[in-house]
Amino acid sequence: MNQTPVSLLFEDSRPGRRCTRTTGADRARASAGLPSGELRAAPPALPEIGELDLVRHFTRLSQRNYAISTHFYPLGSCTMKYNPQVNEAIAAAPGWSGLHPLQPEGEVQGALGLMHQLQADLAEATGLPAVTLHPAAGAHGELTALLVLRAWLQERGETARRTILIPDSAHGTNPASCTLAGFKVVTLKSGDDGLTDLDDLRAKLGDDTAGLMITNPNTLGLFEENIDQICALVHQAGGKVYMDGANFNAIVGIARPGDAGVDMMHLNLHKTFSTPHGGGGPGSGPICVTEELRPYLPTPQVVEHQEGYQLETPAKSIGRVRAYHGNFLVLVRAYAYVKRLGREGLRRVAENAVLNANYLRVELRDHWRVPYDGICMHEFVARPTKTMRDAGVHTLDVAKRLIELGFHPPTVYFPLVVNEAIMAEPTETESKETLDSYVAAMIQIAEEARRGDPVLAAAPQNTPVSRVDEARAVKDPRLCFRCG
Amino acid sequence: MRPQDRSYLDSHEWARLDGDVVTIGITDFAVEQLGELVYLELPSAGDSVSRGTSFGEVESVKAVSDVNSPVDGEVVEVNAGLGDELGPLQNTPLEDGWLIKVRVAGPDALAGLIDAAAYEELVAAQS
Amino acid sequence: MPYIQNSAQDQREMLERIGLDSLDQLFAPLPAAMKLDRPLDIDPGRTELELKQHLAEMASWNHPAAERPCFLGGGTYDHDWPALIDSLMGRTEFLTAYTPYQPECSQGTLQWIYEFQSMIAEICGCEIANASMYDGASAAAEAALMAIAIKRRHKVVVSAGLHPHARATLHTYLQHHGTELVEAPLVDGVTQWGDLVDGRTAAVLVQQPNYLGLIEDLDQVQSTAADHGALSVCSLYPVATGLLRSPGHAGIDVVVGDGQSLGVPMGFGGPHFGFFATRQEFVRKLPGRLVGESLDRDGRRAYTLTFATREQHIRREKATSNICTNNALIALRGCIHMAALGPQGLEEVACVSRQRALELAEVLPASNGNLQLAFPQQAFFNEVPFRAAGGEAAVRRLQQALAHGGISGVLPMAPDYPGLEGVFTLACTEKTSSSDIQALARIAAECFRTEAAL
Repeated sequence: MNQTPVSLLFEDSRPGRRCTRTTGADRARASAGLPSGELRAAPPALPEIGELDLVRHFTRLSQRNYAISTHFYPLGSCTMKYNPQVNEAIAAAPGWSGLHPLQPEGEVQGALGLMHQLQADLAEATGLPAVTLHPAAGAHGELTALLVLRAWLQERGETARRTILIPDSAHGTNPASCTLAGFKVVTLKSGDDGLTDLDDLRAKLGDDTAGLMITNPNTLGLFEENIDQICALVHQAGGKVYMDGANFNAIVGIARPGDAGVDMMHLNLHKTFSTPHGGGGPGSGPICVTEELRPYLPTPQVVEHQEGYQLETPAKSIGRVRAYHGNFLVLVRAYAYVKRLGREGLRRVAENAVLNANYLRVELRDHWRVPYDGICMHEFVARPTKTMRDAGVHTLDVAKRLIELGFHPPTVYFPLVVNEAIMAEPTETESKETLDSYVAAMIQIAEEARRGDPVLAAAPQNTPVSRVDEARAVKDPRLCFRCG
Repeated sequence: MRPQDRSYLDSHEWARLDGDVVTIGITDFAVEQLGELVYLELPSAGDSVSRGTSFGEVESVKAVSDVNSPVDGEVVEVNAGLGDELGPLQNTPLEDGWLIKVRVAGPDALAGLIDAAAYEELVAAQS
Repeated sequence: MPYIQNSAQDQREMLERIGLDSLDQLFAPLPAAMKLDRPLDIDPGRTELELKQHLAEMASWNHPAAERPCFLGGGTYDHDWPALIDSLMGRTEFLTAYTPYQPECSQGTLQWIYEFQSMIAEICGCEIANASMYDGASAAAEAALMAIAIKRRHKVVVSAGLHPHARATLHTYLQHHGTELVEAPLVDGVTQWGDLVDGRTAAVLVQQPNYLGLIEDLDQVQSTAADHGALSVCSLYPVATGLLRSPGHAGIDVVVGDGQSLGVPMGFGGPHFGFFATRQEFVRKLPGRLVGESLDRDGRRAYTLTFATREQHIRREKATSNICTNNALIALRGCIHMAALGPQGLEEVACVSRQRALELAEVLPASNGNLQLAFPQQAFFNEVPFRAAGGEAAVRRLQQALAHGGISGVLPMAPDYPGLEGVFTLACTEKTSSSDIQALARIAAECFRTEAAL
């Protein structure tokens, strides 16, 4: 990584420096007829930078990052797999990127056709026939599905069903989405095997149950083996089952949640279907639901008629969850990914994701504590051993030492049900050699940790910055250049 | 052993009764679990608090915890020493790091809370 | 197999190490009922060449507006952007990183987000801004939710001039909150607040310029809200701030919007990015991620994610929002674009877009007696509402005639505004040329002549 500090654009700004120019501007003419109270004296004080220095600034910033294309990035639950380069070229084509969202349907038949086919492929992969591509991310999909559930309950007059059950290992978005949809959250505890405790589930199901949100495979990387029983219990109680599909990459092409009784699920196209989301987005979180719930999906839906594809509002639609038709260019990339891999390739994704994770688990289990040491799915959770903790070593130190050794750390301190969790997801696109080099680093760190080597607390030393004072960032907030 | 002049809650608050006023704070164990504290949200004098419900929040960089009231009553004083500086709460939460004082109805306001010995056992089990 | 590097030999070695004989055994924990006993009914795989050909063929069924003179607006505008955005976006160190949870190996991402926040705050005229939202519509909904949380009130008054999709999203987000959502009507094209805002109101939402393209009186919005202790929220077309004041400078409390006009392809509506700016005092109620400046152990300036305790991964059901993944990569386009424009560049784009709209507003009615400015008393910015004699039927014919003539334009207002039959908008940007305007006027005149002849 580039160790040289990069100054802020605002600091490099010099009056009169220019990059983009547009000819013909005449401020006096442009201002004519505008209310004088709304006119400004001078344009916003954006930085003034020349073109070369601008390019150099962002190029240098890019060199101060770890990324999939530069480093192994086993961030658990985030599925940081290779983002195919061809998909970038495809999505940039003007035939897709140049479409205005309000063009008449007759001018965008290719786009609507792509969405229709992607809906069909996602329905086939999940076993849930009705699909909306609107949600912008996984959490947005959760919210959308919960609103669909509420509309379904409303329609049946079951307004007393206001409780959603959520296992304690769930992503934080699940309970947060429930609140937004006006549901109350009841937490289910995990059993000693790391799976949902069926007795606890039975005890908490009741007349107030609207449904269950379950991540499967769960965040411990374990498959909820009793998923069919869980679905049956929730259905008997009168509720619906929502599956958080954040980890669908572990079972795509192998198994279909709809066939186990799941009623609704979201997919993270930016994870399972490999669309780049540098810096934290964009995502795309389509939801797939049963035929019974189709009429409640958001508007508009792509429907195929004899005369072509059209946008229509489902009969009992919950309405809009965003503007326009979804993160369309993300859909284009996901579509390209599905069509490149095909039916066989999608199955190989799951097989190799699970193979790679189990290989890492087995290689590391003699050196780290692996609390659930059975066959895992696409990821597994480890933690420091008692000896390491007695030597004063925390998971944070392990993460920082990994950075120093040239690896992006796994997800740490999540799931909350394992103290000091280290949750690694290698993905299917990594080679055995890369996994072996990570194993070697983790074994080296384990040795250092057991002897309480100070190198851990001091790491990382070879990065653009050392450990950052996060408390200071809250106590003395500096959130933009001018707010001081 | 933590001070025996007061009662404790499972959720790691402490409460000490002086006349008809209960002083409420969080324990050193709670502070240790949270790490470096960065923010505190408390009610104002005159607000009412109720037993078993949250009256404030204490935050570290990566965790946030509700602070629960052990009693019903009216807030009569908020610790002015925690206005800009959380040092007392961070370092001496059982002493000058107290949070609020609440006027209560009767002398049995703290009935049902656990004593220092029981709290020690609880902490031992959790650490 | 595409994108998978493990060879059959690798797989055998790894399985052996795990103690299994076959890949199928990895899926033993799955119940038989849900396991597929057949291949998925999805096409077989394609080579990269076949894939490119397949998608090129599908794309050829589209008629992208950006490849033609585009007068379509409605919240998405055909602005230009410099080539350097696309080349810098091609840097895979940006493209394939994720949320900068580990600041030591994410300073690049963290710094550009900090710079993005700074530039958005400057454009909005606010103290702080977050690291992006999904889009303008969801940002408006989140602004209403934030106001409800801050004010602990349960009424929101929204201008009918807010984008219809944003109003619909707002309705969807608020419907289960026991919140009353009241719409302030447009009278002569601009919002009439009347006495709808009262002491129960948490937020007052307006759009600048509004969906008809007309300029709203922000002082009135601000004072209407402030008089009743409500927060004022403005959804902003950011390019307009090259010429018009930033809403924050009018005292608006929360400024949100869609950033598509800042260097983002129209992309059939997404991904764009939403932005969210407000006062520092509301930082703990802000939705979404936030980057702050701090120091590292060696006293060097360093950036980090901050105020994370607001967010769902820590506060769970009590979080300020459920947002996790945002639209960061698209916000990076916006970040580079704002820096490339600079103050003068932004002013030039704003001026030229407005000048073209003025030209359009003059040329079109002059060359065609059937088309008039719909609201001649009101000021517009770059998007102009016209009224066609002959109502909706005439609007549809004009739309078709333009499409036939290779021009994208004519956004009918009546579907979203009953009573505005015959009213449509046309938008201009710096890409619009005088000859585009002449061509449009010619086709329109021809269209109405043919109609008269029929």
